[in-house]
Order: sequence, then C-alpha cells, then structure tokens
Amino acid sequence: MPAHTPVPRRRGPLPHPPARPRPLPRRGPHRRRALAAATLLVALTACGVPGSPPARGPQPSALPHYAVDKDFSLPSSPTWTRAHQRGRLTVGVKEDQPGMGEKNPATGAYTGFDIEIAEMTAASLGFDPDRQIEYKAIASANRETALQNGQIDTYVGTYTINEGRRKLVGFAGPYYIAGQRLLVRKGDRHLRGPQDMAGKKICSAVGSTPLQRIQSDYPRAKPVAYDSYAICVDNLLNDQVDAVTTDDTILLGYAAKDPAHLKVVGKAFSEEPYGIGVPREDHALARALDDALVAREENGDWKRAYDVTLGLSGAPAPQPPRVDRSLTS
Amino acid sequence: MDVLTQNFALYGEGFWGTVRLTVYASLLALAVGVVMAGFRVAPVAALRGVGTAWVTVLRNTPLTLLFFAMLLGLPRFGVALPFELFAVLALGCYTSSFICEAVRSGINTVPVGQGEAARSLGMTFGQTLGTVVLPQAFRTVIAPIGSTLIALAKNSAIAGSFSVVELLSTYKTLSENGYSVIWSFVWIALGYLILTLAISGLFHVLERRWGVAR
Repeated sequence: MPAHTPVPRRRGPLPHPPARPRPLPRRGPHRRRALAAATLLVALTACGVPGSPPARGPQPSALPHYAVDKDFSLPSSPTWTRAHQRGRLTVGVKEDQPGMGEKNPATGAYTGFDIEIAEMTAASLGFDPDRQIEYKAIASANRETALQNGQIDTYVGTYTINEGRRKLVGFAGPYYIAGQRLLVRKGDRHLRGPQDMAGKKICSAVGSTPLQRIQSDYPRAKPVAYDSYAICVDNLLNDQVDAVTTDDTILLGYAAKDPAHLKVVGKAFSEEPYGIGVPREDHALARALDDALVAREENGDWKRAYDVTLGLSGAPAPQPPRVDRSLTS
Repeated sequence: MDVLTQNFALYGEGFWGTVRLTVYASLLALAVGVVMAGFRVAPVAALRGVGTAWVTVLRNTPLTLLFFAMLLGLPRFGVALPFELFAVLALGCYTSSFICEAVRSGINTVPVGQGEAARSLGMTFGQTLGTVVLPQAFRTVIAPIGSTLIALAKNSAIAGSFSVVELLSTYKTLSENGYSVIWSFVWIALGYLILTLAISGLFHVLERRWGVAR
C-alpha cells in the first residue's frame, strides 16, 4: 500500500463516555452451534436413496464357460507370442458400464458383454479365461496410447471402429453394432423415439458425441449434460430429465439393472460398430480374433453371452454383425 | 492456435458463461456475506446462531458436495430451478461464508470505542453497524475479499459438470472432437487469467482508493 495514500478520517464531536458501554458482542455462545450445524447439514444432504437403481447385473453362476483351444499357436503375431511367454493375455476394458464392462468394487471381478467377448476370444487364442486373462481398466481417452505402448494386448470396451482410430490401432470385428438410442421411464408413453424429443430434457455426458449430435441435429430438444451417465439415470428416475441418450449398449445395461422402471425405446439414430482393438501392425492377431468371433457366433457362444448380459434388459439378441475382413488386410 | 480460431464460438460461449456465473455469484456472496457478518455480531442470540451455523455448514462443506446437494437434492423436494440459477446459488452461498468471515475480521479491527461512541449518541445497532463500524471494517478487508472472489471465479468450473455452460468444460467437447488437449487447456487458462486479472485489477484500484494506510 502506498504510503502517500490519504487516509480519510471520520471527524465529529467526541461524545461523553457512556455510563454503561455496550460493545458489539464479539463471540456468540459456543453451545448449540454444533447441533444447529449438524441439523442443517443433514437437511442439505438428505437426498432420498429410493431413486438409486438397485445393484442387479449378470449373475456369476449363470455365465457361460468357453472351451479353451489349448493347442492354439500363432507365432506370426508378436503380441500373441509375448502374451504366451508371459502366460496370460492383458486385456483393456471399461469398468463403469453395466452390461458391457463393469467392475464389482467389492470382489474386483469384471462382468458384461465386452468381458464375455474378451473371454471367448481369449479362449480361442489358447488362454484360460478363469486364470490367464488380466484385465486393465483403460479410459476412452487413453485407449490408443495403451495399445501403442504395449500396456495391453487387446482392447474390448465399447470401442467404435472409425477411420480416425484406424490410423492409430488395428481392429478385429465388428462383434456388435451399437447405435444411439433413448432410455426413458417405463411408464412414459409419449417419448417413443428421436422424433418425440422436441421440448424434452435429454441427458448425456458433457462434450460427448451423442450430446453433440442432439445439439446439432435436434435443436428443439433441451440438452442436459453431466459428467457421468449414472447421474443422468438418477435424474431420469426422479423426473428431472425425460430421457438419457448414448450408445444403446450402455442404456441397455442400465435398463437391465432396473427393468421395473427403465426401458430403451426408438430406433437407433447412429451406427457404432464395436471392434476389438489390437496393435496396428499385428494383422495376424486381428485375423485370428476375427476367426474366433466367427466360430463363437456359429456355435452359439455369442448369443449365450448376450443373453446373460445385455439380454437381461429384455431386448432380444440381434443377429451378430458380419465380421469385416477388410479391416485386417 | 487452430483450436482457438476453429472453436471461437464454443470458447466465447464458455467464457461468457464463466463471467456470468462469477458476476452473479459474487453479488450474491457479497450481499449474503455482509448480512451474515452483521448477524454474527448482533446483540440477538438467535441471529448470532444463524450466522454461525451458516458459516460452519457452508465453509466446511466441499463445494462439489454442495452442488450435488442442491442440484440432485432440492428437486426431490419439489424445488426445480434452472441449472444456472442453482449454480449461482451454490457458488454464492458457499463464497458468502468466506466473505462473512473476512468482513467479521474487519469488524474486529474497528476500535471498541467507535461502537461505544455510536451507542452513546443513541444510535441503534443497525445504525452503529451500517454507518460507523462497517464502513471502517470494509477498508481493512478489501484484499481478502478480492482473493475470495478470485477463488470464486475459479471455483465456477465445478458448475460445468452440472449442465451449466462454462469455460473449463469446453475441453471435453474439444477432446471428443480430436483436438489436442494441451492446446485446448492453454486457451482455457488464458480465459481464466483474463477474468482473474480483471478482478485483481479492480480490487487494486479499490484498495488504492479506500484501503487503510498504516
């Protein structure tokens, strides 16, 4: 503070000293403070639990077991050779998508359709799904880097095949065609598809492609954006939004967790072919995974895996998509 | 540089969102904070209790938790407001507890004799506080209030996770669209710098004009 700053002073007649000065109290009573604070805090944070979806999901006992091809060998694939020497396959997955790839925080076990796909293809590559797969949860933004750095051998986690990603990694599959759809409350008769979104509150993740699609293609819908789909679903159950939108796989997972209150409606208004990510140069591994997928689709393992995961939502198994061999040539 | 020029509208929207949040929440925080500081030194025990509870609860609750409580909790009791209003309320109430404590520490710097003098002239508590004590108290707490409001500007980033358009959350859209995360952040940081430097400039002027020189 500059020393030359003028200091205004309040001037006036000095009053006589009062007989009984009553200064402003400086301290309040200490008692009852804690009680009042605690009461207010409880009132503030007393969000009802009833809206939270119950923890339902794939039952471990119902999961299918896949026959392991013990004599399988693929010396032309450097990734497979390294995994074989190490004795286990390292698979990158999602950990927060019910029905697709979800980690049980209590047991550490992963469940979901993506996990089943990882297990059935690993079994075809000669790895025992129960003992020889190591899962690593990798977030969407780090998938390409993890495959390029060799931190994971393959990636199975709602991984849409597109041109931009094909410049960085290789793909086997697709093993499922997802699409953007709507999750609504079970009793909602008005919101039956993207055509009914005008004036409705539609929730998705901040900055995500599904949200951007709503903003650009459906300007009459009212977008609501949170960091996670779990909050969107909570809002949907509490009537604060009218629908949640993203890939139907994720939505079906939530619907399967709470089929009494949630359902997925309408036709898909985007196409998301899910593939298995592999290191870009390892065509031999991608071709072997393609063969494994075709074999598992033909012997019924694919449909069994669907029925115990995404199928719990009530949606019947679709026809598996044709594996695109042009991706590996 | 491309990130900025190709997404100028997105950045601009985010920047104004942050400016709006900061301005409205600051006004709310200053108003409520001064009132609460008055409550904390009031002669009525009930008012002191309200002031103390307000500060204790809001200052000690994580801001993210406060956002959750307001945006997810209040609608369950039938209180549905626009997201931006919720964000302004959460930010403003949270910051008001810090403003309150800053103002109260300023009140404590005013000599007791000032209050006694005002009382002896027959002034009421309100007159004493409003015309004698607070004007002097403010002059000593300009700097800490400035710091609190700068913190508020940066805290507003939390609103981006709760469906409010603001500067920080633009990076999520940009990274999804394949832009370099580092450059997105450089321009976001610049936006926050413009805002916080403006606030510190304003408070520098206020302090030169009214600050107490000792």
